[in-house]
Amino acid sequence: MAAVDQYLDLYREHKHLLDTNGAEPLNALRAEAAKRLSGLTLARRGDENFSNFDLEAALTPDYGLNLGGINMQIDPERTFHCDVPVSSKSVMMTLNGTFAARPDTLADLPDGVEAGSLREYARLYPEEISRHYSQIADMENPLVALNTLLTQDGLYIRVKRGVKVEKPLQLVNILSAATPLMAVRRILIVIEDDASVSLLSCDHSQSDTADMLALSTVEIYAGRNSIFNLYDLEESTLPTTRLSTLWLEQQEGSQVTIDNLTLFNGKTRNEFYCRFMGEHASLRLYGMGIEDRDRIISTYSHIDHKVASCKSDELFKFTIDDDASADFTGRIHVAPGASGTEAYQANRNLVGNRGAKIYSKPQLEIYNDDVKCSHGSATGQLDPMEIFYMRTRGIPEATAKQLLRQAFMADVISAVEVPSLRDRLHLLTERRFAGLDSACSSCRQCNRNHAD
Amino acid sequence: MLRVKGLKAEINGKEILRGVNLEIKPGEVHAIMGPNGSGKSTLSMVLAGNPAYKVTGGSAEFNGKDLLAMEPETRSYEGIFLGFQYPVEIPGVSMVNFMRAAVNARREYFKLPPMSATEFLKLMREKRAIVELDNKLASRSVNEGFSGGEKKRNEIFQMAVLEPKLSILDETDSGLDIDALRIVADGVNKLKTPETSTIVITHYQRLLDYIKPDFVHILYKGRIVRTGGPELALELEERGYDWIKEEIDAQDAAVAADR
Repeated sequence: MAAVDQYLDLYREHKHLLDTNGAEPLNALRAEAAKRLSGLTLARRGDENFSNFDLEAALTPDYGLNLGGINMQIDPERTFHCDVPVSSKSVMMTLNGTFAARPDTLADLPDGVEAGSLREYARLYPEEISRHYSQIADMENPLVALNTLLTQDGLYIRVKRGVKVEKPLQLVNILSAATPLMAVRRILIVIEDDASVSLLSCDHSQSDTADMLALSTVEIYAGRNSIFNLYDLEESTLPTTRLSTLWLEQQEGSQVTIDNLTLFNGKTRNEFYCRFMGEHASLRLYGMGIEDRDRIISTYSHIDHKVASCKSDELFKFTIDDDASADFTGRIHVAPGASGTEAYQANRNLVGNRGAKIYSKPQLEIYNDDVKCSHGSATGQLDPMEIFYMRTRGIPEATAKQLLRQAFMADVISAVEVPSLRDRLHLLTERRFAGLDSACSSCRQCNRNHAD
Repeated sequence: MLRVKGLKAEINGKEILRGVNLEIKPGEVHAIMGPNGSGKSTLSMVLAGNPAYKVTGGSAEFNGKDLLAMEPETRSYEGIFLGFQYPVEIPGVSMVNFMRAAVNARREYFKLPPMSATEFLKLMREKRAIVELDNKLASRSVNEGFSGGEKKRNEIFQMAVLEPKLSILDETDSGLDIDALRIVADGVNKLKTPETSTIVITHYQRLLDYIKPDFVHILYKGRIVRTGGPELALELEERGYDWIKEEIDAQDAAVAADR
């Protein structure tokens, strides 16, 4: 039996429950998703664009799904306190995929911003949601199809035309379960023309023993001359699997930064599909992963320069130690009419020891002469001379390596434009490289305190 | 202070040091000169503990302790400082963080609490003044984008902060113009005390006009082949190395023929 079959069975048996706890715009696409999935075998390790990740195996375990929304009455403030605060009041939360918020969080949102439960918005404003839901995310992608088949909730953000949101919004996604669990969440972000906003999204999982899977699809519409920054931080435990696809469509003159920061994870697959629809738009797609023990991270990106005069700057960095592994496949496609394109792609990796592995495939397809493009990949070790120089100044070897790793990641973190958040991320990364068990310790700490 | 006996070392299987003997007492300044490839930099690397070099024989004692058994960082705590011929650039690590890590690691070794921010900044300010190092370099990455002169001044600045007992300055004069040379040499002289010693590795007499050596050694083919006073450096400046090379090569040939 293929891995997806169990989810198709679940869908057929519990369609009513799925729909009841869903909303019409979401329910409307389930049948189509089921059709796409039926008879499908997912990618295995070594397949095209899956150098080191076994998608079929990742979805094979028998995860439970909480389709009925049982025991979802939580008080986020009491359950969790994220260590990466940007603003105490604008924190939104999903628990196992379902939106949860303190009542005054939403009341506190700036004027011209709608943000909250995707399900609630879909129930209240089905037309508005239908206009955007699953319009960019391609159901040919099995992760999108599976997400669309099972999704019941998530987050909806709309920033209205011309509205500039000063303080970043924050979303905390918590996975918490005592038994194996799959959490499905869908995020829909609509930034209208001339609007601007930053979103910090933090994934946390709270179990060291139960297998958990986060299946996430994010769709982002960036309107004309809009500015959008997404800082996507993952801090998950070893038994956690994250399967994420992000879809971005940029209109003329829009400026988008996606910075994907994996501090802790178990098995992670991050896919990015970015498309320029209007000229003079720019994208910065950055990412990093700190991989040790037997963690696995797999990254696929596809940047499509469909139109002229857009700029993309892509940089992914990984440090890999112990038995960890990472793979990177980056594709930049410059369409025939897209003259004046600037597209830069780089993947850099630091490998710490013999057992650690990296697979890197930078790809550039150019169908236009008038472009400035580059792509490259470099993998190496820390420079022994740099380490020795530091040691002659009394800096112990371990500290020297830690400082150099920290320095290696510095430019990825520097893409974060909010100074307080950038400083915080530098600190968290420093703590991570210092070997502290959890860089963002307060979640479990807080939990423990509340449990006491 | 430092007693080196029959020190042999190799890198990548190639023997570079072939039995170096050297004794340095507190307060002394020793100059080591020698033609290219004679092993001067290797000697400095081996004394500072570069793991890329393998010690294959001999011994080195520093204030009664076995220097060769120590990690590079321990050598630093015990009072050895190496001023690099080519100071290493460390992109992404700021001078401030680098120096703070160095100062606090040292304090930890001596069981002292970390230095407060105010104290640390004061220390940096004081020591920077010794070599007229620009404040703006503090926020930059270590040696990155520094001019040749700034790099060398930065080495002496670090020396000032770490207050070593024995400083090994490997071609600190290379790449310096006259003004920078004077500033660097003045810095070294200001830091000199009757208890501290210096090894100056150089090609040129010029530096020794500023930093006056008590002894001058000539290193050739991995051994110290001649030791004298400051006048030896002057003689080298005048006559070059060829006469030494000829003498030593003739001696070596005679020894080989005897066998």
